Amino acid sequence: MRQTLAMKILAAHSREPVTGTGQLVPCRVSLVLANDITAPLSIASIEKMGATKMFDADKVVLVCDHFTPNKDVKSAEQVKTVREFARKFGIENYFEGGTCGVEHALLPELGMVGPGDVVVGADSHTCTYGGLGAFATGLGSTDVAAAMVLGETWFKIPETILVRIDGNLRQFVGAKDLILNLIGRVGVAGALYKALEFTGETVAALDVEGRMTMANMAIEAGGKAGLFPADAKTLDYCRAAGRTGDQEIHPDPDAEYVQTVVIDASTLEPQIACPHLPDNVRAVSEVSDVTLDQVVIGSCTNGRISDLREAAAILKGRRVTKGLRCIVLPATPRIYRQALAEGLIEIFMEAEAIVGPPTCGPCLGGHMGILAGGERCLATTNRNFRGRMGSLDSEVYLAGPAVAAASAVTGTITDPVRL
Amino acid sequence: MKYTGTVHAVGDHIDTDAIIPAKYLVTPDPEILGRNLFDGLEAGWVSRVTPGDILVAGANFGCGSSREHAPLAILGAGIPVVLARSFARIFYRNAFNMGLPLIELGEDATLPGDGDRIEVDMARGRIRNLISGRELSFSPVPAFMQSILDQGGLVGHVRSRLQGVHS
Repeated sequence: MRQTLAMKILAAHSREPVTGTGQLVPCRVSLVLANDITAPLSIASIEKMGATKMFDADKVVLVCDHFTPNKDVKSAEQVKTVREFARKFGIENYFEGGTCGVEHALLPELGMVGPGDVVVGADSHTCTYGGLGAFATGLGSTDVAAAMVLGETWFKIPETILVRIDGNLRQFVGAKDLILNLIGRVGVAGALYKALEFTGETVAALDVEGRMTMANMAIEAGGKAGLFPADAKTLDYCRAAGRTGDQEIHPDPDAEYVQTVVIDASTLEPQIACPHLPDNVRAVSEVSDVTLDQVVIGSCTNGRISDLREAAAILKGRRVTKGLRCIVLPATPRIYRQALAEGLIEIFMEAEAIVGPPTCGPCLGGHMGILAGGERCLATTNRNFRGRMGSLDSEVYLAGPAVAAASAVTGTITDPVRL
Repeated sequence: MKYTGTVHAVGDHIDTDAIIPAKYLVTPDPEILGRNLFDGLEAGWVSRVTPGDILVAGANFGCGSSREHAPLAILGAGIPVVLARSFARIFYRNAFNMGLPLIELGEDATLPGDGDRIEVDMARGRIRNLISGRELSFSPVPAFMQSILDQGGLVGHVRSRLQGVHS
């Protein structure tokens, strides 16, 4: 059978022959991840399983990024549980404090994931690594606990939806707009139980960070994974992250897809996901009169250096409108230092934005940007479920960093071309 | 196994933030989580639940985050089984791993309504509405998922496997 990317990677990690979609197969995992919210449950499960060691302590990663720097005593206790577990089980890849960043930005920059890997994480946005040609997917804490102990998990070989994107992007339209447009087309359950595979000239032209932004939101269409071929750009990215020995991975020609979605990127305006689901997507021109109380630029979707550069290019010489909080969170310490070196942090501060530490905090209404009743936020994050960022009576809009920065300047949702 | 209880119905695309908002994720205690079930849908929602009641949802139930706290909160509130048109993938695995059986009814099923009393017969794959008398059939839980449930969830499954390896 001609193989899609998902099938090809899973088959390479299974001791059982893969014959088709729908088959349940055990797969060896390359890396297992959990965070400060999900690891405590994994740890409790590992204790109940009676396990005394990890399958490979070097392939287990614990990143305390959600409620850190700890927001209260309970979250501090959770982090302490994770820290002590890491010590006891000899897990070197434990991140907290000054080495810690948003997990899905941190692991790729440290060279911990690469093409052909099978990665499971107790975080739904683990699918981000599909941008590097890895089969990566989110699971719950106990599934991840089992993978930490056994070094394997089971998967149903998914059907794949092919997404073909061609055409040149106009100015201020990027990867986030492409994925929002796709989610708007297929719906939040459009890829349920399926993998998404991206192809086309626009995808080939995207940088690896943009591909990770798109793969990140595969779960927002219900997808199990969002996969990009690993090409020369992927290998360059991986080499820069200190990896060696990676190889290109492409789907077989004429692989079998359950559906094909075709997008002409040249016609797209910046896209906005309106409350309260990520598939409630409109072109920016349709929602440009919406007033805002907060803008958040950061997260595992859009907190990378390319995102900060894009936001800074717009904020340079401008000022955040009075009465609006603009929160900028570089996703990792390395991104933060890079942004400092390039003068981006200076631009954000000059514009009177708030520059915070790397954390997932505001994205999930954890801390550092909670919304009051009636408040509206535009964020570069990935979810706008009702109450996601705080009050059930607040609203979250999703967009890319260029729109976020332009909107912070005007106080209403704004297409950057109109500044 | 049979479950008999009053139905609490919720809609399509109910996400994990609606099931249990992030502010409660500072504890893994099912009882505490259960007391706040669906707090992201409506404050005090859980007060209408009597242990043994059954949850019926629309499409894509449990979409969103990987938080296992979601099925734990449902179990913590005393709900033993969930019926839906379809489930989000991570939630589906998590529920069985936690020992919460899920029944997928498909997009075209006529769902029992809020307040109905129903009997769910897992072995026969039948749901009987005790008020209207209407019956509904469903495909049995997949054998692999049933074996996880039979061992009390994934923890029991892995524990037996580890003991097997060590013996």
